[in-house]
Amino acid sequence: MTSIRHFPATQPLPDWRNFGVMLRVLLGVNGLAALAALIQTATLTDWSERFLDLASFVEPWLLIWLSLLALLRNLLWRLRLRAGQACVMALAAACAGLLHSYAASFNLIDAALARSILLAVAASGLLLIYFELRSRALSPAQAEARLAALNARIRPHFLFNSLNAVLSLIRARPQEAEAALESLSDLFRAAMRDPAELVSLADEIALGRQYLALEQLRLGERLVCDWQLEAVTLSLPIPPLMLQPLLENAVYHGIEPAPAGGTITVSMRQRGDELHVRIANPIPGGEQHAAGNNMALANIRERLALYYDLEARVETVITDTRYEIRIVLPCQRYAH
Amino acid sequence: MSTLRPLKILLVDDEPLARDRLRTLLGDIAAQCPVDIVGEAANGLQALEALHEQAADVVLADIRMPGMDGIELAAHLGRLEKPPAVIFTTAYDNYAVQAFDLNAVDYLLKPVRAQRLLAALQKVPAQRPDSALLAGIGQAVRGGGRTHLSCHERGRLLLVPVPEVLYFKADLKYVTARTVDREYLLDESLTHLESEFADRFLRLHRAVLVARTALAGFEKAAGDDAEAYGWALLRGVPEKLPVSRRQWASARAGLNA
Repeated sequence: MTSIRHFPATQPLPDWRNFGVMLRVLLGVNGLAALAALIQTATLTDWSERFLDLASFVEPWLLIWLSLLALLRNLLWRLRLRAGQACVMALAAACAGLLHSYAASFNLIDAALARSILLAVAASGLLLIYFELRSRALSPAQAEARLAALNARIRPHFLFNSLNAVLSLIRARPQEAEAALESLSDLFRAAMRDPAELVSLADEIALGRQYLALEQLRLGERLVCDWQLEAVTLSLPIPPLMLQPLLENAVYHGIEPAPAGGTITVSMRQRGDELHVRIANPIPGGEQHAAGNNMALANIRERLALYYDLEARVETVITDTRYEIRIVLPCQRYAH
Repeated sequence: MSTLRPLKILLVDDEPLARDRLRTLLGDIAAQCPVDIVGEAANGLQALEALHEQAADVVLADIRMPGMDGIELAAHLGRLEKPPAVIFTTAYDNYAVQAFDLNAVDYLLKPVRAQRLLAALQKVPAQRPDSALLAGIGQAVRGGGRTHLSCHERGRLLLVPVPEVLYFKADLKYVTARTVDREYLLDESLTHLESEFADRFLRLHRAVLVARTALAGFEKAAGDDAEAYGWALLRGVPEKLPVSRRQWASARAGLNA
């Protein structure tokens, strides 16, 4: 099973195939080039010209280097950290050297070869330092997110109300009581599992259904669930407890405060390389719940950012009567 | 009192299974404490209706319920001539439980135990928790003010849904609440209403609070009116409300916000 320890944002040697990492590299190197141009020139018009000059050499180098890194990502990950970083810098130097010789053969460049190579090594070194620092900064955040997730996952209110409901079933309908306790224990097993382990989408859906079944026990016909599942990759590994806290929020803010209850709609569909998940609940009249607490949402946003960097999106669409959370996850490359 | 006549009990909880559980437990302890369950209700509003039909000695009320919660129910019950005792039940409400402990208000934690229920019924509290305490707990639990205001009319308890109130006006002794249909006399203070419903009502004048949603516009008073610097126009009713010089700027800002 894939583990959270391979999350791109927490790797000192990042996932070069991740969109967010590529974006940071492109912005970082171009920022360095702009800075270099600024240092070399006296006026702002000269600066933009100088920057364009530099870019004509920097961009091809950057694209070749990045493609090589993306290609060799898994190979680099297998090396020890320092060796991997050295390889990344060596690749940068080699690309710069080759490009320099190629440009020199057309007399397009008059600087020394060693200068190009040194600049490439410096730029790649700075980027590696940035990624290493970033991974260190995010690791405590991950530990905290883990703790927060553990604490926020299952509301004590839900636990004790469920136990109370089960107790009242024991004499009258013992079989339902047994089923409810089984679901409850599955839910707690999921909550106590190592949060770093990924789970399959199918497991997460099953857990969500069990959770809603427990809520239905308490709330009776006030809670209606509408699952709209299209054909999706059920084996897709996703961070655990992504669905359940959002369903819990939907029940807590959308159904419990409404005397007549309402419908929770969960829909999933796959569009190309993306999995779209939507969870919608009504907003009951008493507006004090509409704002709600966004702990669960913030928590999931953070965990998705740790795992997918910029490639996952979380949005909320709020109208007067309806609250909808939309999550988009990349799937192809993550379905091993 | 336990041997004389059975205690009349009303069960209030929005979860049917939670009411079943209480009913079962009351059956279990019937030998020590005979009870007569006079009804069940799924929230505070239904409970008040049920009590109107049939009086009860004790109300077992869940704290969190949609529509009207248990805390607010207790506050309204406190205004009855012969208020029943209220025993709260809750699965988990840290703040409420701490406040209850501090103020010796009885409550039962869910899952409820038969022995605890029996003990609570055998020492049904004589005094009622005071309304300021309930108001504070209610605000903390539900994150806002009450959903209804209550007033007495010819011995009946009337409930006024707060969202229907257009404005409050203070006279010498009473506060009147105006809805589209009619006026109600309340036994409340304007200051207290203002702080409880700060996000819904706006102060226009020493003696007037208006619902933000009811405000249609403002007009300046002609000449030098001592009573009002300007007037507020309302949706749905023809009256104009006075706005004091002091509140003029903040009232106009409140309309645009």
